[in-house]
Amino acid sequence: MLEMMGLLLLFMIIAAIVAIETRDILAAIISVTAVGFGVIIAFFYMRAPDVAIVPIVVEVLVLVILIRATLRVGLKTFVGNRDFFGMMVTMAMLFVIFLAAIRAFNDLPTFGEPVITRMMDAPSRLYIANGLKETGAANIVTAVLLDYRAYDTLGEATVLFTSIIGAIAVIRRKARKKPSEPEVGEWEE
Amino acid sequence: MSNGMTPIVKTITGWVKGFILVFGIYIVLYGHLTPGGGFAGGVIIAMTFVLITLAFGKDEALKRFRIGIASELDSVGALMFLVIALLGIAGGLGGTFFTNFIAKSNPGEPYSLMSAGTILLSNIAIALKVGSSLFLVFILLVMTKVLYREPGEKP
Repeated sequence: MLEMMGLLLLFMIIAAIVAIETRDILAAIISVTAVGFGVIIAFFYMRAPDVAIVPIVVEVLVLVILIRATLRVGLKTFVGNRDFFGMMVTMAMLFVIFLAAIRAFNDLPTFGEPVITRMMDAPSRLYIANGLKETGAANIVTAVLLDYRAYDTLGEATVLFTSIIGAIAVIRRKARKKPSEPEVGEWEE
Repeated sequence: MSNGMTPIVKTITGWVKGFILVFGIYIVLYGHLTPGGGFAGGVIIAMTFVLITLAFGKDEALKRFRIGIASELDSVGALMFLVIALLGIAGGLGGTFFTNFIAKSNPGEPYSLMSAGTILLSNIAIALKVGSSLFLVFILLVMTKVLYREPGEKP
């Protein structure tokens, strides 16, 4: 299983580099989706179909939306160079994050091992033991999402609702502008 | 694009769209027994209408799922989820937010459709919310075609 994970990781890294370096925006979008599908296969290998099924549908929908958005506008390639200072700042930040990650990964359990084998008082022990009796749901993931931790799901639904309102406000047909605002170019549908 | 794609795509879409919709509804209703749930099922339901939009054009999709209805279903789903949460306080036994009052007061037989109380209702609410809002965003992105003009430039 570890060899398979290594291969998947290599595939995802190559796809991510292609997504950054390519000049064709369509190829970049498809490479980003390839990274996403690598993550999905990794979830399936770790026996988490509940986690994997949401990214599958979302990746496909986002791929369709992004291809429609780019092909209609006619935006085909990126132009412009990277500036040296920004590159250096990025590299320094990445190095700091890398150092922090080394410390953090030392405290994690070994790969593929559940956290509850190391934490005796983990809440997941309680959920697995009492989940079916208390909620009646055979799928423990749904029992946690919509019963024990339903408050988090409410927050997630609120975030989605607010972002949809924002998106509709941005792309609605007629822009509302006060007469006092300065004249700029106009958008036409 | 308003006329859609080739007859091959249209025929295949006509065959599979019903199956995709039924599969989405299955994922929603059996979310507490099998992998899946309201979010994944809602996106699959939205994908049915996205597929119709891509194959037949936006007019055909808007005939089946109008923008006003999608907007209302979005709000209804969000409100329904909140009402389920508040009913936990009002009619619940423990009296806290999101108490699963149905499963606590009269528990169903395990592994059956009606076993999980409010979880099934919450799944349906989230599916309504997610499905209609994602379709709404997609159809608005398809409908809007924007040209930018500089000040003083001739149209």
